[in-house]
Amino acid sequence: MTDDRTLTDSPRLGTEADEPGTADTWTVGDLTLRSRVLLGTSRYPSLQALLDSVDASGTELVTVGVRRVDLSETGGATLLGALRDKGVHLLPNTAGCFTAREAVLTAQLAREALETNRIKLEVIGDDETLYPDAVELVDAAGTLVADGFEVFAYCGDDPITARRLADIGCAAVMPLGAPIGSGMGLTNPYALRILREILPDVPLVVDAGIGTASDATLAMELGYDGILLNTAVAGAERPPQMAAAMRHAVEAGRLARLAGRIPRRLYAEASTPEDGRIELGP
Amino acid sequence: MNSTAPIRINGEPREVPPGLTIRALLTHLGRDPDQPGVAVAVDDRVVRRALWDETAVPEGSRVEIITASQGG
Repeated sequence: MTDDRTLTDSPRLGTEADEPGTADTWTVGDLTLRSRVLLGTSRYPSLQALLDSVDASGTELVTVGVRRVDLSETGGATLLGALRDKGVHLLPNTAGCFTAREAVLTAQLAREALETNRIKLEVIGDDETLYPDAVELVDAAGTLVADGFEVFAYCGDDPITARRLADIGCAAVMPLGAPIGSGMGLTNPYALRILREILPDVPLVVDAGIGTASDATLAMELGYDGILLNTAVAGAERPPQMAAAMRHAVEAGRLARLAGRIPRRLYAEASTPEDGRIELGP
Repeated sequence: MNSTAPIRINGEPREVPPGLTIRALLTHLGRDPDQPGVAVAVDDRVVRRALWDETAVPEGSRVEIITASQGG
């Protein structure tokens, strides 16, 4: 007997409004995705570990960097070819850019090289925290949206900046859970919750900070549309296994969100009914 | 006329034959200009691939040649 409700059957989760069995997809820019895991491609122990992790995570959208061609090598393009063979969509990033000018040129180069309008916009403020520079970020986002890009904006958890990015027309707003690569998890879930409440209709993705599966689940329980992670998988002792954990964690959190959790209460409430209890004699 | 022209490619100073188009420059550098996944900017402006045959690289210009890399 086949079990069509297993966790590996992610498209058949059902949604709040739809009848059971309807695919639980989400739309970001011109993509409609079943997977809610966005996976980075950096720092894996090997290309094979990366490709196995792509498979195990179920991701349909992976990030890549934009860097100078190594002119001492005539080969190259191994990564790109391998990712294209997997059939995943590419989300190039502007990692390492400190100014709007750098980020805009990097995005334009990425568009030309990879033939996609998608860009993960990172404009960072310093090397120690890798926190976004909100001023340069909003500037770059405006320029890129006007230039026809689908901007996935990596930002802090400050609701004012997030709303500006949404108002500009970013395809997705992607607040950090904690500094990039820190694995500290969602350090301020209350701020993330506020973002979800004030931006109910914009795709929201927790980008950066996720360390392990429960962080991914929490992001989904907070109502986020997806998570973007890299180091948590690439730096794990067994990356493909962690990628699989993230896939299941996201599905669990998404199901819990859709199911509607019980309210928190300070005092106990008996789960076994009071009626029918036995009585002792005096 | 000089036999070589100084330009900067990916931050490194280089001497190349003067008047090269972008396509010819890539070939000169030992690269296949038809390899996908590569983009070129000259003096901070992207040059569309369709224009590589007709766009000359000016003497003294800064050329960036990029591709996709690992990234998070």
